[in-house]
Amino acid sequence: MTYAIEAEGLVKRFRDTEALAGVDLAARKGSVLGLLGPNGAGKTTAVRIFATLLRPDAGTARVAGHDVVREAGVVRAAVGLTGQYAAVDENLTGTENLLLIGRLLGLSRRAAKARAAELLERFGLTPAAGRAVKTFSGGMRRRLDLAASLVGRPSILFLDEPTTGLDPHSRGELWGMLRALVADGATALLTTQYLNEADVLADDIVVIDKGRVIAEGTPDQLKSQVGGQVLELRPILGRDLTRAYALVAGAAGPQARIEGETVTAPVKDVELMPAVVRALDREGIAVGELALRRSSLDEVFLALTGHRAEPGAPEGDGGAAVQEEENEPRKAVMRP
Amino acid sequence: MTAGTVTAPIGASGRVPPLAGVRQTFTMAWRSLVAVKHNPLELVDYSITPIMFVFLFTYVLGGQMAGSPEAYLKYALPGIIVQNTLFMTMYTAMALNTDLTKGVFDRLRSLPIARSAPLVGRITADLAKHVWAMLLMLGLGLLLGFRITGGFGGFLLGVVLLVVFAAAVSWIAVLIGMLAGDAEKVQAFAFTLIFPITFTSSAFVIVDTMPGWLQAWSDVNPVTHLSDAFRGLLLGGAVAEPVLWSLVWAAGIALVFYPLAMRSYRAKA
Repeated sequence: MTYAIEAEGLVKRFRDTEALAGVDLAARKGSVLGLLGPNGAGKTTAVRIFATLLRPDAGTARVAGHDVVREAGVVRAAVGLTGQYAAVDENLTGTENLLLIGRLLGLSRRAAKARAAELLERFGLTPAAGRAVKTFSGGMRRRLDLAASLVGRPSILFLDEPTTGLDPHSRGELWGMLRALVADGATALLTTQYLNEADVLADDIVVIDKGRVIAEGTPDQLKSQVGGQVLELRPILGRDLTRAYALVAGAAGPQARIEGETVTAPVKDVELMPAVVRALDREGIAVGELALRRSSLDEVFLALTGHRAEPGAPEGDGGAAVQEEENEPRKAVMRP
Repeated sequence: MTAGTVTAPIGASGRVPPLAGVRQTFTMAWRSLVAVKHNPLELVDYSITPIMFVFLFTYVLGGQMAGSPEAYLKYALPGIIVQNTLFMTMYTAMALNTDLTKGVFDRLRSLPIARSAPLVGRITADLAKHVWAMLLMLGLGLLLGFRITGGFGGFLLGVVLLVVFAAAVSWIAVLIGMLAGDAEKVQAFAFTLIFPITFTSSAFVIVDTMPGWLQAWSDVNPVTHLSDAFRGLLLGGAVAEPVLWSLVWAAGIALVFYPLAMRSYRAKA
């Protein structure tokens, strides 16, 4: 068995909508597979099928080599699930929440206590171990939720938008913990609508939109799929923006667009940059900045789906902020 | 990940052995009971409200209803306990609803445990809370002058009868908990359902003064039978008929609502 998670032709319908319209994907053992897509793309539905919470209407899904429908019990013993919402009991303490899971999994009282203490320590929750979870911050709840999914030492983890709604600091912490888990040999399926999260954490990425896989590959493959590089042009004077756009669009085609005070266009031809420079000179447009950079996953997504990945969840603001910050491209700036 | 194996007590078939299922049920019950420790408000719901009811009914209404607070307490205390038992079943609905909406059921379902454990564990724990509330109110009644004249056997049978009835009504609670959008809706629904049913019974008043059409209803009202049975068992007297009718009602409720509740539980949780 080389794949820890596999799906073939997964279909799931909810009344009139087709949440999954034939999804194929596979995660190699010991890797992180990023399942990327906008809200409503079918990410959560896919995870719920893998975690045996939903039955597919068609297609098969295998986790750790076992069919999720016919061998659901065996699958459950091998997986850990961390959801979008921290699924912990608000009225119990951190310790009690982990104790509950440990006891349910058949650990003795003593072993469950030891495991709870170990996980609380690992996730930096020891000082809050005896407090009711309702007094926890959002980041603490997510960490406890992740800890709860690890009590049974699962070899396969499903993380459904684990950082949605977290502030940048908590997100960074969670990323670090995920990396450590995978370094220990776990396989993870991570869904996210934050492109940089997939970029940073995933070995392979499957992009889904409207229940279909629209692209897959390593983050680098995906980025190079869409021209690889992006030209950015910012005229000094705002009133030159439209003229600059017309000029770039003339050289690069209709994929050029205006973002704020900047014109961007995917670079498909090495001649684009010199052509733009010549045209700028001819037109007499003063250039504030002209740069080539690698396209971000954001642009990959735009090129693939025709719309931007929107962190549309109401609580997603903190995440959106960090996304912009960390997407700050490394620029090869040419100053004419 | 590194050391250790999957610890779940699960066979190669993926089925949960019955004994493990029972233990998981008790673990879930523990979870429901230990939560009381951290949520003092829940204790207020379980204890203070019934205590307040006993005081209000005895000292505010008692004199006018039966000539003296003590005389009314003798009649009304069993009814107050019955009403409180019915209200408390709705805590089961609210707790299940919270587990459902907060994603706790998702986590539990992703574990290799018996499917019924979260549900049966919750109901078991809540029945224990029922007994606690009954004993509390009876104890308070004794302090205020109520006397159990039906003997220890009658008292014991009375408590068992109430627990049996509460267990049956729990399936209505499960159904409501699964269907309701949120816990507040459960509460609103419970009040609009349980208040009229308990007040149009013999729980608090002798039904003779009600208009004929209302008497016709209160004569078949399960709360009437349950109150008469519980009162009779505590005070002594002929109880065969109300006890029988209470059990018939409990069986009927369970027969109708158990399948409905299980169906929605399987679909949602």
